[in-house]
Amino acid sequence: MTRVAVLKGGRSLERQVSLKSGGRVEDALERLGHDVIGIDVGHDLVQRLRDAAPEVAFVALHGRDGEDGTVQELLEAIAIPYTGSGVSACFRCADKVLAKHHMLDAGIPTPDFFAFNETAFKELGAGDALPAIEQRLGFPIVVKPSGQGSALGIKFAAAAQDVPGALVAAFSYGDKVLLERHVHGRDLAVSVLDTPDGAQATALPVVEAVPREEDFYDFEARYEIGRTQFVCPADVPGDVGARAQALALDVWRVLGCRGFARIDLMLDSDSGELTVLEANVIPGMTETSLLPMAAEAAGIGFDELIGRILALAM
Amino acid sequence: MTIDDRDRRPSGETRRMASPPGARQTSRDLERYAGLFAARTKVMKSSAMRDLMALTERSDIISLAGGLPDTSSFPPESFAAIMGGVATDSCARSLQYGPTEGLTVLKSCIAEVMAEEGTTVDADDVLVTSGGQQVIDLVCKTLVDPGDVIVAEAPTYPGAIPTFCSYQADVVQIGLDADGMRIDELELTLDRLEREGRRPKFIYTVPTFQNPGGATMSLPRRRRLVEVARERELLVLEDNPYGLLRYEGDPLPTLYALDGGDFVIYLGTFSKILSPGVRLGWSVGPRPVLERMNIGKQASDLCSSSLTQLFVVAYFASGRWQDYVHSLKEIYRRRRDVMLDSLAESFGPEARWTHPQGGLFIWATLPDYIDTTDLLARALDQHVAFVPGRAAFLDGRGASSMRLNFSGVGEADIREGVHRIGEVVREQIDLYGTLTGTHHTVTDAEPAPEEPDAELADVLHLPAPERRRRADARER
Repeated sequence: MTRVAVLKGGRSLERQVSLKSGGRVEDALERLGHDVIGIDVGHDLVQRLRDAAPEVAFVALHGRDGEDGTVQELLEAIAIPYTGSGVSACFRCADKVLAKHHMLDAGIPTPDFFAFNETAFKELGAGDALPAIEQRLGFPIVVKPSGQGSALGIKFAAAAQDVPGALVAAFSYGDKVLLERHVHGRDLAVSVLDTPDGAQATALPVVEAVPREEDFYDFEARYEIGRTQFVCPADVPGDVGARAQALALDVWRVLGCRGFARIDLMLDSDSGELTVLEANVIPGMTETSLLPMAAEAAGIGFDELIGRILALAM
Repeated sequence: MTIDDRDRRPSGETRRMASPPGARQTSRDLERYAGLFAARTKVMKSSAMRDLMALTERSDIISLAGGLPDTSSFPPESFAAIMGGVATDSCARSLQYGPTEGLTVLKSCIAEVMAEEGTTVDADDVLVTSGGQQVIDLVCKTLVDPGDVIVAEAPTYPGAIPTFCSYQADVVQIGLDADGMRIDELELTLDRLEREGRRPKFIYTVPTFQNPGGATMSLPRRRRLVEVARERELLVLEDNPYGLLRYEGDPLPTLYALDGGDFVIYLGTFSKILSPGVRLGWSVGPRPVLERMNIGKQASDLCSSSLTQLFVVAYFASGRWQDYVHSLKEIYRRRRDVMLDSLAESFGPEARWTHPQGGLFIWATLPDYIDTTDLLARALDQHVAFVPGRAAFLDGRGASSMRLNFSGVGEADIREGVHRIGEVVREQIDLYGTLTGTHHTVTDAEPAPEEPDAELADVLHLPAPERRRRADARER
């Protein structure tokens, strides 16, 4: 029996999802016989961790603080081992722009993009570069905040007049925004899990998110049960599944992930080319989340998944 | 494996309905439950939007997003005395079931409240409900089959939307301006629906101090709405929670009073004049409709709480309810004024907002390139919250508007909250100006108007004042 603190909730926009993920993780850990302390992360986090004195922390905190390395840094400081990726991998993954640059440097395909912070527009006249950017990327352009994990703030700009509004919206969620070439195609996700000995990472079966309605431009609908159908293993042609898994493992290595992660990709309908959008170091653990779904398809039940992630941290 | 798609399952797979221990609540389990859900459980809001709204309830947030009355001014000693009286005088009765239509003694109190607004009703005709919300539910339950049309205002009360959706209604929203629902637009819409062979089951309106728009329906429009209902034999659901909370101007007759109760179903509540905690509202209306609603209520909850009904009766017996409403009005009027002043100071000339003569809400509209759902994310970073306008529409409109509540927050917090929202609004306006090369920057040298022109208080898109007057002249 291990004393485990499950960190969940927090103040990010993904608080509700995190509370659900954390709750399920707690249930699984209890079934596995561990001594579980759930902590809704707030001002008193360090004090509560000191009081609880856990042997290990299970980070089920999505979005800001949980995925950007903040909580991991705190756990390093007070010497509590924790699940999942370390501080530097969190930095690289939470910042989509940084992750894309690492991928580009490593020769991993990712949709073309340009990224700026607000001061570039306010003080360097970056707005004047928009026509050139639009020409390079072609419409529609996806505009998204660099550091936001949920679907909020992601906009499609179908034409030049949509771009300023989309940028204003995206800057609501953070001070760095990327404009990305839109890939028309299929949404794939590959979850990666370290083997129990931690020696090698394995890619789980590919999940495809298929929007039920024709509205491909509604990101908020994409991960909503009933509005999107999730298929695992994805019904993709030929070697696409294997290529997606290989790409995901490349991304995992380049970004330095540990324990578990989920890599989101696009399969271009026209060219058949796979590109990587981003990596998530704390993917959801809810009933509808893709990592548990992929693990299940690989014959790894939820409790076993959680048990393995915990063991890898110790 | 798929969620929500049974056909793709491997044919040989046997499925156990009981979850094996240790594998509870997997995606497969969810699929099992989802397969049992009724179509009416489909929700309107995206989960991201729900998550965002959940954050507005955090304790470190100044929330102008709620719709709460201020119950802190109710004297605890009065509460104790009233409850003590109920215990002494009506112990067994207050612990017992009551009649579905409500206790007769309470219905007299309700008639007294309605008389205060100039509406005369026979206490026998009142149906007591569990909050005003239950009236909306019972009216839908009585009248609406899946696919039926309900006509509502645009924007409409956000809390009515889940009810309309759960009865699978097709909601058609009619524009609202400073004089309330656009009756000309209503008539055109009713004509169109008639041509399509669709008869709306009822017209839902909050005519006085509308939630969320803040507008009050003018007397000519009230008269015309009642006529339209009569001519076309349509029912109107008049939702009037705030009528007694008037801070300026002369009271207007209720639609129910103008109509005499033939085609208007009236919804009242104790929530805003006493307490939402007692969960007591009421309805009066055409007798056959009310009888069906009574049957619906039996099915829902048999009766409303005897305990809280007797609490309200005892409270009314003390004879101080008008004084309490008066004290609430004083508090809310000051808060409204503070909010209006703060808006004028902080929101800049690009924004418009309503000037409600009563009620709990102000509706503000920003330039159309600002999406208030995204703005809320930025506002939450500044520890302040509002309701994004989209929550009041079923058709995606309202993206640049917001609802601000002034009843549930103290004056200092209203000032600070509006100031913080104003800051993020200005940041976004500036950024947009930078991006488009048009500089809307608000300078201190150019102060915002003290108070928006009443003509400018229109809720969504502003028709030019002259045009609007002409349109109204035609309509009247």
